[in-house]
Amino acid sequence: MRSESIREFWDYRELFLFLVWKDVKVRYKQTMLGASWAVIQPFLTMVVFTLFFGKFANMPSDGIPYPIFSYSALLPWTYFSGALSLAGNSLVANKNLLTKVYFPRVAIPASSVLCGLVDFAIAFLVLLVMMAYYGIVPTWELLLWPVLILPLMSLALGGGMVLAALNVRYRDIKHAIPFAVQILLFISPIIYPTSVIPERYRTLMALNPLVGIIDAFRATVLPTRHVDWQQLGFSALTCLVVFLVGLFYFRKAEKHFADVI
Amino acid sequence: MAYSILVENLSKRYCIGELDRERMFRAAMIRFFKNAFRKGETEHIWALKDISFSVEQGEVLGIVGRNGAGKSTLLKVLSRITYPTSGSMKVNGRVASLLEVGTGFHEELTGRENIYLNGSILGMKRREIDARMDEIVDFSGVEKFLETPIKRYSSGMRLRLGFAVAAHLDADVLLVDEVLAVGDAEFQKKCLSAMGNLSTSGRTVLFVSHNMEAVENLCRRAIWIHDGGVFQDGPAREVIQTYLSTFAGAGDSSYELKDMPRRRGNGDIRFTRIELLDDDRRGKPLIRCGDGLVVRLHYEASRCVRSPHFAFELFSEFGTKVTSANTWASGFEIPLVTPGAGFIELELESLNIMPGRYYISLWSAGVGSIWYDHLEQCAIMDVTASDFYHSGRSLKGSHCGLVLFPCSWKMGDRNGGPACGERPSLPEVDLETDARGSDRT
Repeated sequence: MRSESIREFWDYRELFLFLVWKDVKVRYKQTMLGASWAVIQPFLTMVVFTLFFGKFANMPSDGIPYPIFSYSALLPWTYFSGALSLAGNSLVANKNLLTKVYFPRVAIPASSVLCGLVDFAIAFLVLLVMMAYYGIVPTWELLLWPVLILPLMSLALGGGMVLAALNVRYRDIKHAIPFAVQILLFISPIIYPTSVIPERYRTLMALNPLVGIIDAFRATVLPTRHVDWQQLGFSALTCLVVFLVGLFYFRKAEKHFADVI
Repeated sequence: MAYSILVENLSKRYCIGELDRERMFRAAMIRFFKNAFRKGETEHIWALKDISFSVEQGEVLGIVGRNGAGKSTLLKVLSRITYPTSGSMKVNGRVASLLEVGTGFHEELTGRENIYLNGSILGMKRREIDARMDEIVDFSGVEKFLETPIKRYSSGMRLRLGFAVAAHLDADVLLVDEVLAVGDAEFQKKCLSAMGNLSTSGRTVLFVSHNMEAVENLCRRAIWIHDGGVFQDGPAREVIQTYLSTFAGAGDSSYELKDMPRRRGNGDIRFTRIELLDDDRRGKPLIRCGDGLVVRLHYEASRCVRSPHFAFELFSEFGTKVTSANTWASGFEIPLVTPGAGFIELELESLNIMPGRYYISLWSAGVGSIWYDHLEQCAIMDVTASDFYHSGRSLKGSHCGLVLFPCSWKMGDRNGGPACGERPSLPEVDLETDARGSDRT
C-alpha cells in the first residue's frame, strides 16, 4: 500500500513539477516589483524589528548586531510561515483541479511548500551581503542551510497538509491560519534570543520545533556560535513526527475532498 | 473480449450537508436543500445505486440521462476523483478524464505555458506535449496569441485552446463529460469531428452528453442512467429513442376529436379520433425527424357518402402550411363510405421536417365543394431532432427552414485535388445571423 502510493507519486512526478513551476511562475505575476518581494518582505521586517525591538526596546541579541540577529531568523521564519499559509489554503485554491481530475492530492500542498524555496534562496543572498557589511566571516556551518531547510519543509508540509485537509471541510481554517502564524511568531525565538526565556520554561518551549531549527539557522551565521545538535536533533524529530501525522491524516481525508470541498 | 472498464455494483452515497451547493446534481440538490435545513438530521442521496456494466476495449459508450441522474458522478468515480461508497470498478490502461475544457488553466500564464500545464494535468508527459505542440497550436488556431497570458483571451479562444490539448490526449480510456455543450457552432463542429477521430482510433470512450444527435452519431451503444441506476443498456439508437420519449411534451399519440368545437361541414362524415402510429401500428409518442409515421383518422359517417376525400394538413408553429396530404391529390379514390365508424390510414415514409411543434388540420370533402368536416389545428405533433444527415449535428429551430431533403453533397473534380498548398479556409456560415435575417419577414 505504502510503496504503491509512493510509486504512484513517482508516476505523477512531472505533474508535480509542473505544479511547482506554475506556483513559482505566477507568484509575482502582474506585480511591479516582481521577485524583489522575496527580499523586501524579510528585509523591511528586519528594519522595523531592529528599530523597535533592537533600538527602542533594547532587546538583547546575545551580542550580535540586531539586524543580523533578526534577519537570520526571519529568513527561515518567512519561508515557514509563507509555506504553511500557502499549503493550508492550497486545496481550496485549487478546487477546480480537485473536482475535475485525478492525481495524488499530496502534490498540491507539496508544491506550495516547494515553491517558497525560490524566495528563500533569493533572500539568503541578501544575508550574505549583510554579513559582509558587518564584517562577519562565514564559516563552514553556513553550508548547513540546505540541510536545515529539510526539517523546516517537513514541518511546513506536515502542518500544511493537516490545515489544507481541514480547510476543505471547515473554512474556519482560512481565518485561523494568519492568527496561528502570528502566535507562532511570538512563541519562537525570532524577535528575542532563547536566552531571555527563564530556565524553567525552556523545556516547554523546546516542544516547539521551530525553536531548535531557528536557533540552528542563527548559529550557523556567526563564527562565535555553534549549532546545538542535541536540540536540533530533537526539533528535527518533532518535525518528522508532524510530517508523518500530517501525511497520515491527509491520506485518510483525501477520499472525501472532491465531495466536500 | 478484453474489457476496458468493469463496474460492479457500484454505489455512491452523498450526505446532503456535504454536497457542493452549486454543482452536483443541481436538481436533486435544490429539492433536498429546502427540507434539509433542520440540523441534526443527516439525509443521504444515493447518486449511484448498484450500477454494473462493462465496456469493451475500443468501445464508444454514450451515457444519457437527465440532470442529476448520476452521469457525472459515475464519471467522477471512474476517474477516481471521488470514491465509491461500495462496489468495485476496474479500468485498464491510462485514463484521462475530460470533465471540462481547460482544467487547471491559470489566468496569468501564457497560452503556451497553459498547454503544458493543462496537458500535464490531463496526464500527458512533457515529451508528448513537446512532440505534439505544433499540432495542438495548429488545432487551437490561437498561434498569434501563444505568448499572451490567457486572461487576455476571449472565452472562445480559451475553449479552443483547452479542447486542442484534449484532442491530442493519448490515453487508453477517455471519460468525456459534456464538452460539446459549450462554444459556438464552429467550435462544436470541431469538437465533434475530433471526438469522431478519437472514437475510431481504438480508444475506449465514455461520452456523457445531452446532445442526443452527437451520442447517436458517435456511439453504437448507450446507457441510460436514471435515479442512479442503469435504466437501459443497449444500441444507442434504441436507448435514445426510449429516453426521449419519456420527456413531457413529447405529445400524445392520440387525440379525441368527437367533441371538438369550431368545426365546419355538414357532418355527413365526422372525424372522431386521430392516432399517430409507428409502422407496427403502435402509438408513437416520440416522433423524430426522418421517422416513418402512420396517421390513422377515425371517422363516423351518418349516411352513405359517395367519393369522399380526406386530408391531413400540417402547419408550422408560425402557421405556415407545410404540406397537405390528401386523397384527391394522391389520386386515391374511395367509392363509398357506409354509415358507421371506420378509419383511413395515411402512411408517411419519412417525416422530412425540421424539429419543432406542428399543428394538424383535417378535412373531408366531397364533389362540388361539399364540406363534410373540417377541423383546424385539432392536434399537436412535436417533432424531435435526430441525426437526420448522420453528421451528429443538431439542426435547431428555425435556422434551417422547415424541410429536410434527403440529400448528399459531392465536390466537383476541378476542386477536388489538394492543389493549393494551404488549408482552404472556407467562409463559415453563421447560422445564427442567417436565421435572424430570414426571420425578419
